[in-house]
Amino acid sequence: MEGSLRVQLAGLSLDYPGILASGVLGYSAESMQRVIEGGAGAVVTKSVGLHPRDGYVNPTVVQVKSGLINAMGLPNPGIEGYVGEIKHVKGLICQPLIVSVFGYSSEEYAVVAKKAAEAGADALELNVSCPHVKQTGSEIGQNPNLLSEVVRSVKDVVKVPVFVKLSPNVTDIVRLAEAAVNAGADALTAVNTLRAIAIDVETTKPILSNIKGGLSGPAMKNVALRCVYDLREKLPEVSIIGCGGVSNWQDAVEFFLAGANAVQIGTAIAFEGTKVFQTINQGIKNYLEKKQFGSVEEIVGLSHRS
Amino acid sequence: MSDCLTAANTLRTTKITQVITESPSVKTYVFRDMQCAKAKPGQFLMLWIPGVDEIPLSILNATEGGEISVSVKAVGDATQHLHRMTVGATIGIRGPFGNNFTQTHGNILLIGGGTGTAPLLFLAKTLLEQSTENIKLTFIVGARTKNELLFIDQLNNVCQKGRLIPTTNDGTYGRQGVVTEPLTELLNQEQFDAIYTCGPEVMVKKIFEITQTHKQPLQASLERLMRCGIGLCGSCVIGKYRVCKDGPIFNNTQLDEIKNELGISKLSLNGSKTPL
Repeated sequence: MEGSLRVQLAGLSLDYPGILASGVLGYSAESMQRVIEGGAGAVVTKSVGLHPRDGYVNPTVVQVKSGLINAMGLPNPGIEGYVGEIKHVKGLICQPLIVSVFGYSSEEYAVVAKKAAEAGADALELNVSCPHVKQTGSEIGQNPNLLSEVVRSVKDVVKVPVFVKLSPNVTDIVRLAEAAVNAGADALTAVNTLRAIAIDVETTKPILSNIKGGLSGPAMKNVALRCVYDLREKLPEVSIIGCGGVSNWQDAVEFFLAGANAVQIGTAIAFEGTKVFQTINQGIKNYLEKKQFGSVEEIVGLSHRS
Repeated sequence: MSDCLTAANTLRTTKITQVITESPSVKTYVFRDMQCAKAKPGQFLMLWIPGVDEIPLSILNATEGGEISVSVKAVGDATQHLHRMTVGATIGIRGPFGNNFTQTHGNILLIGGGTGTAPLLFLAKTLLEQSTENIKLTFIVGARTKNELLFIDQLNNVCQKGRLIPTTNDGTYGRQGVVTEPLTELLNQEQFDAIYTCGPEVMVKKIFEITQTHKQPLQASLERLMRCGIGLCGSCVIGKYRVCKDGPIFNNTQLDEIKNELGISKLSLNGSKTPL
C-alpha cells in the first residue's frame, strides 16, 4: 500500500509526497537525516550562494496569528563551504536531496548550481523569490526576462532537474511560470513567502531588524493554493510542488486536488515537530483508501475536472 | 496546527522593573510576564532589545505572580546595550522555550560556571520548595576571581542544609582551582541521583567526560547561536539536535551522540561549523 503515496516529480521518484521546504533545518546533514526519518520524501537545503552570508541581526522571526514572518537574510556558508555538507547528507539519506540556490546574477546561479550538482545534488531549486534580500530572489523572480536568463544559464550547465521556486508577490504568477518553463524549468515550487510586516504598538516600530519579511504558515495557505490552481490550469504538463501553510493531511490533499504533484512543509515543523511528515503521510493514505483512490497521482488536479 | 499554537507565544513588551548589579560584568533584570511565570528551571526566553537585537537568556527566577528575572553578562553589542538600560525601559519577550531540567530527589549535585549558575539556582530553589526532607544538595560554583562569583548569598541560603563548594582560579575565594577538581573528589566517594550543570562549554565537556567515567547521571544545559527559538531555522543545531527545541538540556546519552561537536565546534552566523 506504500506505493499509493509514491510520486514522480520531474524524473525523481519520491516514496512520500511531503518535502522539507527550503530555509528550515537545512544546514546540517544530521538535521536533514532526522527530517527524512520523520517521513519526508525529499529535503531541500537552505539557499546557498556563491559567498558566505551572515544574514540579518535578530529579530529575524516574528510569530503572528496563524503564521510566522521571517527575514533571515539568506544566511549560508557559501557553496565552497557547503560542498562537504552536501556529500555528507548524500551518505546519510537515500531520498532525493534538492539544493536551493541563489545568486546576484545568472552567472552566479550557474556557478553555484554546477558545484552543487557535482557535489551530488539530485535536483536544484532556484530561489528566485526570497522577498527580503535586495538584488536577488524575488527581484529576479518578478521579472520574466531575468528569470528566463537565470533558468537558461543553469540548465546549460547541469543535467539534474531544475525546480524554480516562484514568488506569490506578483500580479500574474502564470506569466512568470511560463517564462521559467519555456526556459527549461523541470518543475515549479509554488510558492515562496508573502511580503509582510509586523509592528509593535508599544515601541511603535517594526519588529524585524530588516523591517519587512515573508509570511509563512496557515495564514497564507489559501493564497498558495490559488497559485497552484492557476498554474495547473494553464500548465497541465509541468511538475508542481505546492508550498505554503501545509500543516495537516487535509491541507496536503487540497494542494493535490488543486494540481500539485507533491507538497513542501516548513513552518508546521515548529509546532508539530519533524514527525509532522509521518502524520500527514498516514492521513493521506487513510483518505485515499476511504475515497477508494489508488494513489496520490490519481488525485492530482482532480478539482479541475468536471 | 491550530491558530492558538502560532499565536500562543507572540512577542509582547514589558518594562524593566528592577536592575541588580551582580558583579562588574553581570546584571540581573527583573520584569513582569505572565507567560514566562510558568517557566520551569532550565527553560529560556528570547529578549528583544528594541532596535538592537533579540537574544536567548536562561531564566534565573519565575514567580507565580509573574515576576521574571534573567542575568546578563556584557559580552557583545546587544548585551552591552542592555547593560545601559535602566528601570522603566521597554523590552520584548518571547518564551518560555525549550525543555527543562528533569527534577528528582535524593543526593543532588549542581555545578555552575559564570552566568550558567543562574538556571541552576532556579532549579535548586524549586527542588527545595517541593521537598526539603528527601534532598541532599551539593552546589559547586566556579569563577575566575572573587568579585566574579555570582549569587553567593543566595547560594549560601539554598545550601544551608547542604554543601556549597566555591572555587576561584586565583584562590581569592573558596578553593583555588576549577570546578572539576572537587567534582572528581566527590564522584570518587559518592553516588548521585542527579548531576546538573550549566556554564562554559569546555567546562561542560569535562564534566560530561568525568560523569561518563564514573557512570553517574548528568543533565547539561547548552548554548548556541539562536534565531527563531522555536525549532525551525536550524541556527542552533548540534548533531541532530536543535538546542532551542530538543534542548537546551541534554542527558548523558544525548551528550554522547554529540561529543564530536560538544566543546569543540558550533554553527556560525553563516551556518558553517567553526571552532568554539
